[in-house]
Amino acid sequence: MKYWEIFLAFFIPGILGYGGGPASIPLVENEVVKRYEWMDVQEFSEVLALANSLPGPIATKMAGFIGYNEGGILGAFIGVFAIVAPSLILMVFLLGILYKYKDSPKVKRLTMYVRPVIAILLGLMAYRFFFESYTGIGLFQTIFITLGSYLLIERVKIHPAFVIIGAFVYGGFFL
Amino acid sequence: MSKQWNIFIAFFRVGILGYGGGPASIPLIHKEVVDKYRWMSSDEFGDLVALGNTLPGPIATKLAGYIGYRVSGVLGLLNAVIATVLPTIVLMIILLSTLSSFKDFDWVKGMTAAIVPVVGMMLLVLTIQFLQKAIKGMGWMPTIMMSIVIFILLSLLNVHPGIIIGALLIFALVKKDKVKEGSSS
Repeated sequence: MKYWEIFLAFFIPGILGYGGGPASIPLVENEVVKRYEWMDVQEFSEVLALANSLPGPIATKMAGFIGYNEGGILGAFIGVFAIVAPSLILMVFLLGILYKYKDSPKVKRLTMYVRPVIAILLGLMAYRFFFESYTGIGLFQTIFITLGSYLLIERVKIHPAFVIIGAFVYGGFFL
Repeated sequence: MSKQWNIFIAFFRVGILGYGGGPASIPLIHKEVVDKYRWMSSDEFGDLVALGNTLPGPIATKLAGYIGYRVSGVLGLLNAVIATVLPTIVLMIILLSTLSSFKDFDWVKGMTAAIVPVVGMMLLVLTIQFLQKAIKGMGWMPTIMMSIVIFILLSLLNVHPGIIIGALLIFALVKKDKVKEGSSS
């Protein structure tokens, strides 16, 4: 039963996450935090922060870790399989057909129509994270860390891994 | 045997050097597959990325799996996916397990609390990127209208995102194309 839930939790993001790994982040959160309640927002943010700081694809790292947390090594395997296999199998077996329709407006519309859904999901998720932070460490710290990390990552272009380490150190001393 | 070894090393390097998630590792895959091992031409690789993007799910594993398959069958496929994915999953499990074993210390609580707004900020940046892409593809008004409807469905009516995405995918496939000839390549 648990394994079936792990499979479903990552199968759905795997087949609906148009736009690569990042698009599947909010879909994973929807299953893992909202539906199955395996983690709270705080724990999920730790997973996401680390997945973001380590190299390699993000979605599979989340699937591997959350699967492991819920169902050991077999759980990790099922999580990764569920997120990777469906589209990979399609890719291998349907490449010829896909190739033919690559430039079809229908195929282009697929990704286009899904984008606003992913955007809203991401936005709602961001809101939940800020709200969690606001109730946990207060308004001032939340704004300070948000602005600080934004400037460092997006403006100064420091690698997110270093900013996350910086946030860890800051939190260890001041929060 | 050495072919399997090459596949493993190529995608292992991609997996541990590709910072910023799957899409960021595409140039690294290109470097290994086209420049170093010459398993396919640059054009073929470009097509493959375009095709990969028409399918859902993580892009890096789709590319790894397909290229592994092309080079040496099912074994190559498994090898390439494992090499891409496994090293960092193991790291992830070790690091997070270590972190959670220190969970009861106050300073660890402070550390993890400071992460939440950073992740929130990253999600907000991703939100804006996805909105910008949507606007580029569909224009301002359709994007805004769709976003409002989707927002209501998701947050007020609690509809599962899968249902909304499924409906949109069907709509995208069923909708009649505007008649436009010679739109190949």
